[in-house]
Amino acid sequence: MRLTARQMAARVAQDIPDGSYVNLGIGLPTLVADVVPPDREVVYHSENGILGMGPAPAPGTGDPELINAGKQLVTLLPGGAYFHHTDAFVMMRGGHIDITVLGAFQVSARGDLANWATDDPTVPPAVGGAMDLAVGARRVLVMTTHTTKDGRPKLVTSCTYPLTAAGVVDRVYTDLAVLDVTPDGFLVQELVAGTTPAELQARTDAPLRFADELAVLGEEP
Amino acid sequence: MIDKRVASTAEAVAGITDGATVLVGGFGNSGIPVELVHALLDLGVRDLTVVTNNAGSGETDIAALIRERRVRKIICSYPRSSGSVWFEKLWRAGEIELELVPQGTLSERMRAAGAGLGGFFTPTGADTPLADGKEVRVIGGRRHVFEEPLHGDVALIKADRADRWGNLVYHSAARNFGPVMATAAKLTVAQVRAFVELGELDPEAVVTPGIFVDRVVVA
Repeated sequence: MRLTARQMAARVAQDIPDGSYVNLGIGLPTLVADVVPPDREVVYHSENGILGMGPAPAPGTGDPELINAGKQLVTLLPGGAYFHHTDAFVMMRGGHIDITVLGAFQVSARGDLANWATDDPTVPPAVGGAMDLAVGARRVLVMTTHTTKDGRPKLVTSCTYPLTAAGVVDRVYTDLAVLDVTPDGFLVQELVAGTTPAELQARTDAPLRFADELAVLGEEP
Repeated sequence: MIDKRVASTAEAVAGITDGATVLVGGFGNSGIPVELVHALLDLGVRDLTVVTNNAGSGETDIAALIRERRVRKIICSYPRSSGSVWFEKLWRAGEIELELVPQGTLSERMRAAGAGLGGFFTPTGADTPLADGKEVRVIGGRRHVFEEPLHGDVALIKADRADRWGNLVYHSAARNFGPVMATAAKLTVAQVRAFVELGELDPEAVVTPGIFVDRVVVA
C-alpha cells in the first residue's frame, strides 16, 4: 500500500505538539492544518506577515488582501497578528518557528534539501521564502512522495538538483515510510504494511538503515 | 507646515526618471500599489530596475510595466506565479534581466539600506547557487553569505490611511513589504484608501512613521 496525501498529512500532524508555531509550505504540506487534532492549539505563520492564520473563508466572503504564501484567501483567528515582511522573516530565519513542513524534489542522506529549482532552463527560477524557512525553522519536516511520478527515487545519496539548504532536514514523511535523518544517514522508523525493507531500499537511492523496532506506518499506534 | 498629501497619482510619481530603481510593495495581488504603478506607466519612464516580490500577473500594474518594455531588470524572489505571462515571455526572449533573491534576504537587504548598514551575513542561501560569487564566512559553526544593502530611488507602496505628516497604518496582510520599502528609498510614495486628520491615527498603532514617507495620495 501507499498512503494517500491526507494519510501522510495525518501522520505529520501527529508530530506537531500542542502550542507549536508552525509554517506549512505551499502544496502538499498545507493539508496538515486540516488534520491536526482539534485539542491541539497550533499557531500557523505565513511569510507575508500573518500569525494565527485560519482556514479559507466561506466562498464569496473574505478579505482579498488576506492571503497565504500560496496566494489563496485565508482568515485570521482570534489572537492573530499582522506584521511586516522583515519581521515575518525574523521569525523564520531567527529560529522562532518551531516546525516547518516542506515539500521536496530531493532529500539527501545528509539532510540536504532541494525543493526550489529543477534543471529545466525554460522555466524562470523562483525561490520565495523556501531557503529562509529551511535554514531557520527549529525542526524541518519534509512531506513528499517516496518517488517521482516516473518512479525515480527522491531520497538520494547526494542531491542533483540545486540545494535549498544543506544539512537541515530532520525527518521525512513519504507515502511509504517515516525516516529520520541521522549522522549516519536515513534511519527508517516506520514502514507501510506490505512493503519489505528490501523493497523500500529498491525505491531509495541512498542506503537505508532500519530501526530495531520498526513500526507499521498507517496503523494506529 | 508639513503636508505630504498630493492631489493625484500623476503628481505622486512626478520626478521619477529613466533608469530609476523602483521598490514596489505587494505580495501576490495583496498590497500592490496598482494606481501608482499605472501612473508610473503613464509617466513613460523606461530602463527601470524594479524590486518587488513577484514579477506581475495578468495585464495590469507590474505586468503592464514589463509588457511595455519599461523594465530592464527585476529583482525579486518568486517570478513564477501563475499569470506571470509577460515576465516569462520577455525572460525567455532574453529581454529582461532577473536577479533572484531569497525572500527574507530581499526584505533584509532593504532593511539594511534603510538602516544605514553596509550589508549582513545570513545563513540563507549558503551552499546554494544563489550564493555564487558571494563572500562566505563561518559564524558560530555555520556558513553565512554576505549580502549587500538594496537601495531604491523610489518606493511605491500601499497603505490604508495616512495623515498629512505621512504617518501610515495598513490593512491586514497588504502591509507586507510596505514598511521596509518605505525606509529604503530616497523618495517614498504611499497610496492610501483615505486621509485622516493629524492626531486621528492612534500613535500606538502607527506602523510607518511619517519620517519615512515623502508623498501620500488617495487612490
